[in-house]
Amino acid sequence: MSVPAVEVAGLRIGLTGSPFDIVDEIDFQIEQAEVLGLVGESGSGKTTIGLALLGFCRRGSEIEAGRVTIAGRDVLELDAVALNAARGHTVAYIPQDPSAALNPALRVGLQLKEMLAVHQPDLDDTQRRRRVFEMLEEVKLPAQASFLQRYTHQLSGGQQQRVVLAMAFACRPAVIVLDEPTTGLDVTTQAHVLETVRTLCRHYGVAALYVSHDLAVVASLADRMLVMYAGRIVESGPTGVLFRDPAHPYTRRLIAAIPDVRRRRNLVGIPGHAPSPTQRPSGCTFAPRCAYATGECRVRFPSVEPVGAHHSVRCWHHTRVRAEGSALLESAGSAGSTASKQSPAPTSSLLVVRDLCAWYGRHPVLHNVSIALDAGECMAVAGESGSGKTTLARCVAGLHPTFSGELMLAGEALEPQARRRPRAVRRAIQYVFQSPYASLNPRRTVGQIVARPLYVFFDLGGREAREHVLAHLERVALSSGLIDRYPDQLSGGERQRVALARALAAEPQVLVCDEVTSALDVSVQAALVELLVELQRSMNLGLLFITHNLALIRTIAHRVAVMSVGRIVESASVESVFVSPKADYTRELLANSPSMNLTFPR
Amino acid sequence: MSGVPSVQAAALATGPSALRAPWLQTVVASSRFKRTWIGLGITAAVVAIALLGPVFSPYSPTEFVAPPYEPPSNEAWLGTDYLGRDVLSRFLWGGRSVLGLSILATVFGLGFGILVGLISAYMRNWIDDVLMRAMDVLLAFPQIVFVLLLISSVGPQLWLIVLTVGLSHAPRVARVTRGAALEVVERDFVKSAEALGESRWSILVGELLPNISSPLLVEFGLRLTYSIGLVAAVSFLGFGLQPPAADWGLMINENRVGLTIQPWPVALPVIAVGLLTVGTNLITDGIARAAIGIGRSSAA
Repeated sequence: MSVPAVEVAGLRIGLTGSPFDIVDEIDFQIEQAEVLGLVGESGSGKTTIGLALLGFCRRGSEIEAGRVTIAGRDVLELDAVALNAARGHTVAYIPQDPSAALNPALRVGLQLKEMLAVHQPDLDDTQRRRRVFEMLEEVKLPAQASFLQRYTHQLSGGQQQRVVLAMAFACRPAVIVLDEPTTGLDVTTQAHVLETVRTLCRHYGVAALYVSHDLAVVASLADRMLVMYAGRIVESGPTGVLFRDPAHPYTRRLIAAIPDVRRRRNLVGIPGHAPSPTQRPSGCTFAPRCAYATGECRVRFPSVEPVGAHHSVRCWHHTRVRAEGSALLESAGSAGSTASKQSPAPTSSLLVVRDLCAWYGRHPVLHNVSIALDAGECMAVAGESGSGKTTLARCVAGLHPTFSGELMLAGEALEPQARRRPRAVRRAIQYVFQSPYASLNPRRTVGQIVARPLYVFFDLGGREAREHVLAHLERVALSSGLIDRYPDQLSGGERQRVALARALAAEPQVLVCDEVTSALDVSVQAALVELLVELQRSMNLGLLFITHNLALIRTIAHRVAVMSVGRIVESASVESVFVSPKADYTRELLANSPSMNLTFPR
Repeated sequence: MSGVPSVQAAALATGPSALRAPWLQTVVASSRFKRTWIGLGITAAVVAIALLGPVFSPYSPTEFVAPPYEPPSNEAWLGTDYLGRDVLSRFLWGGRSVLGLSILATVFGLGFGILVGLISAYMRNWIDDVLMRAMDVLLAFPQIVFVLLLISSVGPQLWLIVLTVGLSHAPRVARVTRGAALEVVERDFVKSAEALGESRWSILVGELLPNISSPLLVEFGLRLTYSIGLVAAVSFLGFGLQPPAADWGLMINENRVGLTIQPWPVALPVIAVGLLTVGTNLITDGIARAAIGIGRSSAA
C-alpha cells in the first residue's frame, strides 16, 4: 500500500489542568479504502479519538502530545482557518444522532447545497444542482426535486443518516469518522446504511474510522479493528483474527458478552466496570476485572507486543490467554444457553392478550394482537421501531388505556388503566422502562426509589422498608453503599439494576421489560441479561421481553412473537423461528441482523 | 458517550449529599455573583430595621412628643409627624407589617399558583383548560386594580390583603409552574409511578415538584418583590393598617401634605420600601442567573 490515509502517533489527550489523561499512547494507521473499527465500552475514550481526527477536543480536555497526519498534513498543527477548511473537505464526521446533525429549520436541498457552497465554491448553480442529485444517488436516496424540498423531520431516521452520509462523502474526504452511526436505527435500515458506507469507502478510496460498541456491526464492516480499554488501545489486528484468536482477556470477554443471532449461547458479563480517567488503577488498567491477572499486572502496564501479522496486544499473559484457547468462547457456544432450553410445561396461561387493538388518538397502532405468557416463561416480542411492541407492553402495564380487546391476568380481566386496577393486580405486573436515565426520579435516592413499591403495596415504611431495600439491592447485585446515592451518581448499568430492583420489590408475577438493555454497553447488557434470566428462574416470573435485538432473543427467550406494523406476523418457539422462519418479514430481519460469523464477502 | 461525561459523573459523585437539592445548589451557585451579596446586604439591613427597630425606638409610636411637623431636634432626632409623634419611633415600628404581610401573601400566592400549575400540567385535559382559562381571567386585571377591587368591596382587613395580593400572583406562578412541569410530566419516572398506582397527590408532590424547584425559587423572589410594593401601596391608599398604627405605607400617606416643611416622615419609609424591593430583586436576579447557569465555571 502507499502512504496511509491517516496516521496517528503518540496521541495523548488529557483533562485540562490535571495530570490525568483521557487517552494516551494512541498509535494507528488507516490505509486508503480501509475501514478501521474502534470498539470499547462507553468511557473508554473512543469518541475522544474520533473527534481528535478532526482536530477537536471537548470542553475540559486538550490534546497534549502526538501527531494526527491526514493526507500528509498534521491536523493538530493547523490554524483555525485551515482546520475549518479541512473539516468536511479532508475529514468528515458522522455523528450518532443524525437528527441533531441536520438543521431542522432548513430544507434538505439547501443543506446539501450549503455544504458544496462552502467546500467547492467554484461550482456554478447548475453544476451544484447536478452534484446534489449525484450525492443523493450515491447514498440511494430518491434523486428528485420533491425530496430536496423536505425538512429533516419529514425523513425517517435511516433517510436522515443517509443525508448526513451524502454530505460527508460529498467532497471525497481522505477519511471519514463514523461515531456509532447506526445505534438508533432498525436492523434493516442499519444493514442498508452499513452497505452504503462499505460501498462508498471502497469505491472512492475513503478511509473510515468506525467507532462503535457493537462488536457484531464492526465484525461485519471493518477490515481491521482496535479494542480500547480505559484510554489505551489494548489489542489491534485484522477483524477476523481478533474474533477467532483474541489475545487480550478484555477482547475475549467482550466477544463472550455479545449475543449471536446465529446460535444460542451463554452470555457472560464482565464483572466490575471501566474506571474513569481519574480513578484508573496502577499497572494494567484491566487487572481488577481480569481472570488472568497476576502480581505483575498490578504494578506495570504492559507494552505493545506483536503476536502475529498485524496483530498486537498489551497484555503480560497473552501467550497463556491464547494457549487456553477459546475455552471461554467454546463454553459459551456449546454448554447450553443462558435460557433453559426446555420451555416450561404449559399450564393455564398467566397473562393472556386476545385481539388487542390500540390507538394513538385516532391512529391505530395495534391490530388484533394475541399473545399468551406462562409463569416462568420468557416471551420475546421482536420488531422494528413503529411495530407497536412498546404500545403492547404499555397496554399490559396499564399505561396506554385506549385499546379494545381482552387482557387477562390469571383468568381475570384487567382494567385498561393502572390506576383503576386493584392493588394486587398492579403489584403482579411490573414494568421496566427502556432508558434508566428517564425512569428514575433524579431527586430521589436509590433507597427512596426502591422503597416506593414497598410502601404502596406492602405498607412498609421507615427502618423496616430500608432493610427490605437492602435485600432487593443485593438481589440485583448492587452494593448496599449505593442506597443513599442519587441516580446521576450511578452508571447506566447500575441505574437499570435499580429500576429492576424497584420492579422486583413488588414481588411481581409478570415482568414487562421494554428494551431494557438498548441504552447499555454490551458487557453491561450481558451481565443484566444473566441476572434477568437467573431471577426469572428463581422467582418463576413470566417475562415479557420487548426488544429489537434478535440475537438477544435467541439467548434468553423461550418463545417469540415477531411484530410488524401493529400485527404479529409470526409467533412460535425461538428455535423454530430462528431455524426455519415462516414469514418473509422474519427472514428479512434475520438476514439483516449483523452476526460475528464472518460470512460476508471481503 | 465516552470521556468527559464520565469525568463529570466522577466529580458529581464526590459532592456531599446534603447539598444535592437543586434549589440549594442554585442558592450556593448564586453566591458567585456580587449582586447577590449586595442584595443580601441591603435586604438584611432593612429587615433588621423592621424586626429589631422597636427595641431601639426612643418613644412609643403613638406618643405625642412635640408639636406637629417639628424639624429634627435633640428630643426627636428626625422631627415629628403631622400629629406631633416621633418620626424615628414610628419608622422603627412601621416595617413589621409591610414585611410580614408581603411574605405571607407571597407564600400563599406561590402555594396556590404551584398547586394550580401542577394540576394543570399533570391532568392535561378539560381540567387543565378550565384552570388555565380561570387564571387568564385573573391575569387580565392589573394586580393593583384587582387587589383594590376586592378590598374596597369587603373592607380593609389584613387577612384580605394577604389573600388578594397572594391571589393576584397566582396566575403568573401557575403559568411558570405549568411550563416547567410539562417537561417533567413526559419523563418515564412519572409513568413508572402511575404504573405502581401512586396517588395523584404523591405524583404531584413527590415526583413533579422536586424537579422544578429552581424556577420556583426564582419565582418566589420575584413575587416577594412585587408583594412588598403592592402591600406598601395598599397601606398608602388607606386599606392597610388603620391609624394610629405605625406603618410605612400609612406614614407616607399621612405626612405627604407636609412634605415641603418636614420631609423625613415621607422620605424614610419611601427609601426603606425602595431599598427592600431593590434588595430582594438583586438576590432574585443572582439566583435566576445561577439557575440558568450563567457564570458556571467550565467543566473539569
